[in-house]
Amino acid sequence: MTSIIPMKRDAGNLGLMPKPGPRRRIGDGVHVPKVTLAHGGGGKAMRDLIDDVFISVFDNPMLTPLEDQARMSLADLARHGDRLAFTSDSFVVDPLEFPGGDIGKLAVCGTVNDLAVGGARPLYLSCCVIIEEGVDVAFLRKIARSMAQTAAAAGVAIVTGDTKVVNRGCCDKLFINTAGVGVIGAGLDLGADRAEPGDVILVNGLLGDHGAAILCARGDLALDAVIESDCAALNGLIEALLTRCPEVKFIRDATRGGLATVVNEIADASRVGVALDEAAIPLREDVKGFCEILGLDPLYLANEGKIVVVAPAAAAGRALAALASHPLGRDAAIIGRVTEGPAGRVAMQTHFGGKRIVDMLVGEQLPRIC
Amino acid sequence: MKYVDEFRDPEKARTLLREIEDLTASIVAARGRPLQIMEVCGGHTHSIFKYGISNMLPVEIELVHGPGCPVCVLPMGRVDDCVALAETPGVIFTTFGDAMRVPGSRKSLLQAKADGADIRMVYSPLDALKLARENPDREVIFFGLGFETTMPSTAFTVLQAEADGTRNFSLFCNHITIIPTIKAILDSPEMHIDAFLGPGHVSMVIGMKPYDFIARRYKRPMVVAGFEPLDVLHSVWMVLKQMAEGRCEIENQYGRVAPYEGNAAALAAVTRVFELREFFEWRGLGSIDHSGVQMREAYGAYDAERKFAVPSLKVADPAACQCGDVLKGLIKPHQCRVFGTACTPEKPLGALMVSSEGACAAYYQYGDLEGLRGAATAA
Repeated sequence: MTSIIPMKRDAGNLGLMPKPGPRRRIGDGVHVPKVTLAHGGGGKAMRDLIDDVFISVFDNPMLTPLEDQARMSLADLARHGDRLAFTSDSFVVDPLEFPGGDIGKLAVCGTVNDLAVGGARPLYLSCCVIIEEGVDVAFLRKIARSMAQTAAAAGVAIVTGDTKVVNRGCCDKLFINTAGVGVIGAGLDLGADRAEPGDVILVNGLLGDHGAAILCARGDLALDAVIESDCAALNGLIEALLTRCPEVKFIRDATRGGLATVVNEIADASRVGVALDEAAIPLREDVKGFCEILGLDPLYLANEGKIVVVAPAAAAGRALAALASHPLGRDAAIIGRVTEGPAGRVAMQTHFGGKRIVDMLVGEQLPRIC
Repeated sequence: MKYVDEFRDPEKARTLLREIEDLTASIVAARGRPLQIMEVCGGHTHSIFKYGISNMLPVEIELVHGPGCPVCVLPMGRVDDCVALAETPGVIFTTFGDAMRVPGSRKSLLQAKADGADIRMVYSPLDALKLARENPDREVIFFGLGFETTMPSTAFTVLQAEADGTRNFSLFCNHITIIPTIKAILDSPEMHIDAFLGPGHVSMVIGMKPYDFIARRYKRPMVVAGFEPLDVLHSVWMVLKQMAEGRCEIENQYGRVAPYEGNAAALAAVTRVFELREFFEWRGLGSIDHSGVQMREAYGAYDAERKFAVPSLKVADPAACQCGDVLKGLIKPHQCRVFGTACTPEKPLGALMVSSEGACAAYYQYGDLEGLRGAATAA
């Protein structure tokens, strides 16, 4: 890896401030409007691109010498807990910008959330970009800025990374991979296999916004609706939840595959049944209407700022109150409960009065024709 | 959504269900056997499973999920034709999303896309026409399928292409008609279906009159039904009411959308562009006379079957499949010998496992309703 990004300014707040290294000489910037293969060649053009687009917006006085890896003190890490959490995610969203976010914000939030749902405090991210030649440099700057702002708001530092440029047609404009490191506090043990009959299932708000926003933003549906993605870093919300309700047994972000998939994963891993109450599932009117028109099921739509939580019945009220008191949990709700079984089966009481099974999707949801 | 919510009111559902239970009890007591009601349209099948309607009804009512899922009944040979067209150099093949996963004898469109064919999902035939205008050096083929519901929009698109002189657009026509198919089911000797729920969106185009023979000749009541859960319950209630009163009529529950006489402008466009085929092959049901349409000679320039070499090979349904028996209500989906084993939504063998509107796929996805019904009774 060509490390591109050193510590961010407020890393000191985490007690993880590295010793200041010799300040790197910043290149004189990119003066062409579009990325070319030269920017991936390993020479001066590449260094200029990295400095101009990434280093500058991460704007960090602690710039370390360009090492091939970020270095972090074990003693500092250990102050946050007793286990390291490590995760990785790739982002290939189309379109790259959409109402409520962009690929940069998504890449930071996604990895922060994957750490946080395990009870970890997210600390460091990597940022690897694969750029198709011909992408506007100004656009790249915008995405990098978005990553920097999102990371700063979430209190994480982007500490290493890599840049590749590929031939036109070899990737779709811009792909980003972020890996993340966090530390899990002592005593926390969240797991999908811990659900027991009687436990309640909660979500922190309106479901399906991201999936609907992306489909709308692709613009091939000729729908007027503007639905905003719920893309958000949830570490603050999760910290608030676990502080007030340490009995919580499991948290997972309901990304691809939506609520239905996560709930099925719980039923599977814990060998229990789940009973959902359709009337209690929070959905935005716009998203409901959007799904009606296209014949999609909102329970399977992706989210980027929603978690599914399993808590013991005795702690249900406290868990709900903890979620609801956070800005990202205002529409939190208890949407179902864990049952004896049959194991692995998710059933839903429909608002209409019937009962149906909610299974995993086979592939992608495809719109029905009539 | 406010408008839609009115048709999903659980309170009204409970009232209807009480009356349905009373009617069913008296009819079944008089006849001494349970009732089979066929919902012809895949849209109804979908609503029935989505809202859990089957297990709200009295156990004496069995809903038989009919042949009205155009994606499901598409024969394998036609899918092979789609793949061949899509793999023709220079072609952009456009299709509704549903059809992507339907298995052909070699591959589905989804697999053909992965193999490099330029296949694009569209939401309307007009999207395909737009693509043709944007890509004048390519041939854009639209995969037209569906019953009378989708026929007018395809016909209007062909007329539009003709009007604006778009020559690189053509239609691979797989539209089918509902009436001959209902007749084929009614003529089947083992058939026990007592009444029908008619496809509301088809009637929006063709009206009520074409169904008259069902009541007159075959003495079966039919109610043309809407697609909201209350529409379905209300239609079941109307069917039962007819049976209790010894009537046999074609009634319209979906009057807010489907007028008695249908839509004259839509029918005119359909008649202008299409003519009946001598016969059309259905997956699970075999060949049915006059059950499909093709493009008239006058629109040959827009007919993919005339414009390109289409293999048109007939491929027999897999022998193990019992789709035909399910469609006629002779067995339930889970009673098929390959259900959930050789035939699953991941690897559908039979027609009805393909689309979410297919009875078997719905059974598989929304679950073992018998088990649920048992559980509900136990509780």
